[in-house]
Amino acid sequence: MIQVPDQHGRFGPFGGKYVPETLMNALIELEEAYNRYKDDPDFVAEVRYLLAQYSGRPTPLYYAERLTRHAGGAKIYLKREDLNHTGAHKINNTIGQAVLAKRMGKKKVIAETGAGQHGVASATVAALMGLECKVFMGEEDTKRQQLNVFRMKLLGAEVIPVMSGTRTLKDACNETLRYWVSNVNDTYYILGSATGPHPYPMMVRDFQRVIGLETRDQILEAEGRLPDAVVAAVGGGSNAIGMFHPFVGDEGVRLIGVEAAGRGIDTEEHAATMTKGRPGVFQGSMSYVLQDEGGQVLPAHSISAGLDYPGIGPEHSYLKDVKRAEYVPITDAEALEALKLLSRTEGIIPALESAHAVAQALKTAKAMKPDEILVINLSGRGDKDVESIMKYEAEGGAHA
Amino acid sequence: MSTVAQTNAIDAVFARLKESGETALIPFLTMGDPDLETSVALVQAAEQAGAHMIELGVPYSDPLADGPVIQRASERALRNRVSLLDCIEVASKARSRGVRMPFILFTYFNPALQLGLDRFFGLLKEHGFSGVIIPDLPMEEDGETREIAGKAGIHLIPLVAPTSEARVERIASRASGFVYCVSSLGVTGVRTSFHEGIEEFLATVRKAARVPICVGFGISSREQAEKFAGSCDGVIVGSAIVRKIEETLPLLSSAEQDRMDEGIAAVRSFIAELKPRVRG
Repeated sequence: MIQVPDQHGRFGPFGGKYVPETLMNALIELEEAYNRYKDDPDFVAEVRYLLAQYSGRPTPLYYAERLTRHAGGAKIYLKREDLNHTGAHKINNTIGQAVLAKRMGKKKVIAETGAGQHGVASATVAALMGLECKVFMGEEDTKRQQLNVFRMKLLGAEVIPVMSGTRTLKDACNETLRYWVSNVNDTYYILGSATGPHPYPMMVRDFQRVIGLETRDQILEAEGRLPDAVVAAVGGGSNAIGMFHPFVGDEGVRLIGVEAAGRGIDTEEHAATMTKGRPGVFQGSMSYVLQDEGGQVLPAHSISAGLDYPGIGPEHSYLKDVKRAEYVPITDAEALEALKLLSRTEGIIPALESAHAVAQALKTAKAMKPDEILVINLSGRGDKDVESIMKYEAEGGAHA
Repeated sequence: MSTVAQTNAIDAVFARLKESGETALIPFLTMGDPDLETSVALVQAAEQAGAHMIELGVPYSDPLADGPVIQRASERALRNRVSLLDCIEVASKARSRGVRMPFILFTYFNPALQLGLDRFFGLLKEHGFSGVIIPDLPMEEDGETREIAGKAGIHLIPLVAPTSEARVERIASRASGFVYCVSSLGVTGVRTSFHEGIEEFLATVRKAARVPICVGFGISSREQAEKFAGSCDGVIVGSAIVRKIEETLPLLSSAEQDRMDEGIAAVRSFIAELKPRVRG
């Protein structure tokens, strides 16, 4: 396996920097700053300190005995990213980027958000470090995730509802990039997923790698060997790449990314980028994209706002094409079923995003032997989704 | 560097304007807003208003470099399912109605990529285009596109921004057609102030460029156009015209020919008003 990305930010044919010229120097400056600090002992120590003392890492690797029994196959472990401060893996990345922003002398940060988890994680670190924070969120998502909007405001961030296009994550990303173009001199963009132009996919992966690195150590301690399969949900793909990356060189570990099939991959309402998309350029990089014949990006759909995205990080596209990772779709209904099951068997309410991984893990584990091991990356907790699930149920599953 | 056998029409226009001491007026129109037939008529009107060349904008679902005015125009055009091919065909339709000025296609990269770059440039040539602007294709990514464009004799016109700094030299020195200088940080759209140090920026571009330089992003009046006329070879006006079209939609979308003509005339006089006076 070759080292990716290369110096142009390419993961094979994927990645790169497809942005307006106005942003090019900002990206180059960011890349230089990141390369300067990423191995700097003071920088690394500060990030490690905050991950441990502020966010509560390492997160546990929990053996889900009752879920294992229910699935009736491989032993299932849960990597409890939901136990991070702010309730999801997103803070691993925002801590890293906020420390970097401070080193770069930036006083203002901006972020896009879908479900609101990355927005909350950005607002949180901005508060911690005394940075001014603006979060762009699709108007549709501000309705689906009112609680997170309020949390961000409590944390002192300004939430800007995005009224353009689909009014979801895709357009929140567009609007954040547009704002950045206009304010590039004093503003740092904390991008929340392993997507966008280089160096973001690499940098976000590096900050999320802590998930996979800890999992490796923890499973070796608990079982004395590596897992046979690792399962994670993919929207843009930050929790999945963080979990997968430390295992990429271990051929015996199956890497399974789970994307949102919404109301089904044979309908027009899904976010199954890998299953139904094809390579194209979208929001700064070459990767798989949901698009029509003419290259117009299609709106995505998922019950989970965090997976409701027609693109995916370029490293995932690379892992798919070199056949190192597999990507499978899970529907809204399957995810919801899995959410309930995990709640009842283990007393853990997962985020709707993570519930997609749980649903696939149940299928995969069932087909595995009892002495085999499967790890689910439980990327976030479900508190934020309770209201939208209630609504979904009340409407008989007709609307998310 | 391959040289184009025939003279590109853009080069010919700039050579002529240099003689007459004029600054090129380059309007931008979103194709298919409100419909393709009207776009052909508006291209004709732009030439009658004194435009020297024109940018035909391809509507895109995710126009990152564009502000609200052009975003709305794109959304209107996409509702009519206007495709890249439709936009390209506007050029030959306008040509057959006697339009003589050079055509420049403005498109985000993905639609061109999905069509296939060879086919894309083949079609541009076939339909009489002289240049193409791809706002999300910086020089680091443009290798293959540049090569194919060169073979087809189409200028791949690059953008430079006030933030380009050390990149200005590299971008401007390898530019073909003209250098598109972004007047201010931000997306397209009408604005009252431009980047501080814009004159210095234009002087830097001028020094590095072997081709004409034009200024765009935010120019919305003749006063602004004239302000830049002394330090560049052309001004590009997009959002101001697209906004005028938006305001004129009730006329432009009318089924009655009289009202339609009235709408076209209104846009034509708006464009004519923008034209910088000949440098004295």
